[in-house]
Amino acid sequence: MEAIYALCVGVLTTCGFFLVLRGRTFTVVMGLTLLSYAVNLFLFASGRLKLDGAAVLGQSTSYSDPLPQALVLTAIVIGFAMTAFVVILAMRSRADQGNDHVDGQIPAQPAKSPFSHKSPTSHKRSS
Amino acid sequence: MQHLPILPILLPMLAGVFMLLPPLSYSIGRHRFFAVPLMVVLVAISALLLITSHQQGTQLYILGGWQPPFGITLVADRLSTMMVLLTSILGLGAQLYACAGDDNDGMYFHPLFMFQIMGVNGAFLTGDIFNLFVFFEILLIASYALLIHGGGKQKTKAAVHYVILNLVGSSIFLFALGILYGTIGSLNIADMAGKVRLLAEHDQALAKAGGLLLLVVFGLKAALLPLHFWLPRTYAAASAPVAALFAIMTKVGIYSIFRVHTVIFGEEAGALASIATPWLWPLALLTLVIGAIGVLASPNLRLTVANLVIISVGTLLLAIAMQRESATSAALYYMIHTTLVSGALFLLTDMISKQRGKAEDRYVIARRMKHGKFISVAFFIAALTVVGMPPLSGFVGKTLLLQAAQGMAEISWVWPTVLIAGLASLIAISRAGTTIFWRYTGESTVNEPIPPLKLIAVTLLLTASPLLVVFGGPITNYTNLAAEQLHDTTQSVDALLPGGYEQ
Repeated sequence: MEAIYALCVGVLTTCGFFLVLRGRTFTVVMGLTLLSYAVNLFLFASGRLKLDGAAVLGQSTSYSDPLPQALVLTAIVIGFAMTAFVVILAMRSRADQGNDHVDGQIPAQPAKSPFSHKSPTSHKRSS
Repeated sequence: MQHLPILPILLPMLAGVFMLLPPLSYSIGRHRFFAVPLMVVLVAISALLLITSHQQGTQLYILGGWQPPFGITLVADRLSTMMVLLTSILGLGAQLYACAGDDNDGMYFHPLFMFQIMGVNGAFLTGDIFNLFVFFEILLIASYALLIHGGGKQKTKAAVHYVILNLVGSSIFLFALGILYGTIGSLNIADMAGKVRLLAEHDQALAKAGGLLLLVVFGLKAALLPLHFWLPRTYAAASAPVAALFAIMTKVGIYSIFRVHTVIFGEEAGALASIATPWLWPLALLTLVIGAIGVLASPNLRLTVANLVIISVGTLLLAIAMQRESATSAALYYMIHTTLVSGALFLLTDMISKQRGKAEDRYVIARRMKHGKFISVAFFIAALTVVGMPPLSGFVGKTLLLQAAQGMAEISWVWPTVLIAGLASLIAISRAGTTIFWRYTGESTVNEPIPPLKLIAVTLLLTASPLLVVFGGPITNYTNLAAEQLHDTTQSVDALLPGGYEQ
């Protein structure tokens, strides 16, 4: 169980960081969401993983640490608020700048190498 | 007065909420009428809290009655109350300035301002690092909204970078908390400081990773070298009172590094003692260098001031890297000075750019300013202070810091870097002053009066500098005691827990 759990957190974090480093705000927001999922899972596991462990004393013979669950709850709430904010901000930025690039302008395309024959089909955005 | 420690958090929160409710929410006039006296009250309460904690020792406020390592505690010791008072004074200055018209650019400036003050005060007062995270988020979300307050292309652009960076920072913060809780088993700062000494060997590497991740997060807030790129643009895009208030935000990062890397991972942490120091030395020096280059390269006054903030951050980080009481004390003195003077400089920059018409604050020849006298005198004082020329407070702060470096092996790095960065800022700010005030063509066409509130705000922040020199004795006494309290584990750890850690 631990191995799968750790693998999930790792994959989520990697994908999250990859997406955060992209240029468009949509992918960045997706990346932030994945990162916050990874963080919540990670925080939950910081109190050790346990099967059938109730967080309330007296409910079961083995009990699990209640503190990480409280932390995760707080982190989820804060994460939702922040995601909502960043989505609105991304939309606002799209409206203000006319494009959805994080820098506010789409960087110039690098010159095509002479070896490629196909002419690039660029989708021009109207703004 | 047993509830005094929570008032700096509770008051701005309630004020912010009240200002969103009907009788007050309709007009900006009522907001101002409500918010300014409240801020004065907050200054008074912070001062009272400082005096109480100074005379009666550290004040613990235990929320909900759950005794320390378990519940939520607020710790009002000398360092945190000093920072709270500093926040209130800076906040009052920025708010007075905003009341002269900048708060009317968008909706709800004053409630957001109050929430930001609440977050900053909470971050200073909290006694465990999870609540430090929570208050970080509160102050950050208020700062996001304040940053784009009034709208505009430039602000949105800066805000996108700032928000995304800080959200990634928050994720890293939570990862670090998870690691530290998993290994040390506690999140109360005093309790962690006690437990980290007794850590089993196989947990030490993980705890070290957690501690260094925290350094990354606080470095991001404080604008430590590789993580400082957001700062100049963000501060240059924000409106003047907001930028002035943001002067305290980098100090929240510095303060957190003090708490975590001097108390938890301090000299007595056994195998994990001073894990941040080998990183802090080169990074702090490079931050100073980059700040100096940035100051020289800035094309306008706002960017110059933003880069001066980076220089001050580098200086403070050097003091943390020294890990000595005398350096910490010097850093605390320097922190009071630099926060207030950078706030004043941001406000002055705004006044200058309003007087110069289209030239704004760029270093170009423009028409003469109409109300140049007050602005130029204020700018002269602020420039002397921020550069660190005698007789004002910047000089005292830097001298104390350089003195603290005596007898260390690294002194050959510290002295030249700090002094050359000072020289660079002197050159840059002299160039700024001569271009703006002496090189002009023709008389002014801009006829914008300066509201008296703005004058009061700038004067309020600037008088701090001569006062810091005149009352230098008592203030350094206080910072010495605060530094001693921070470094001495019998005061900063054992006193905060019921059993203490005598083992």
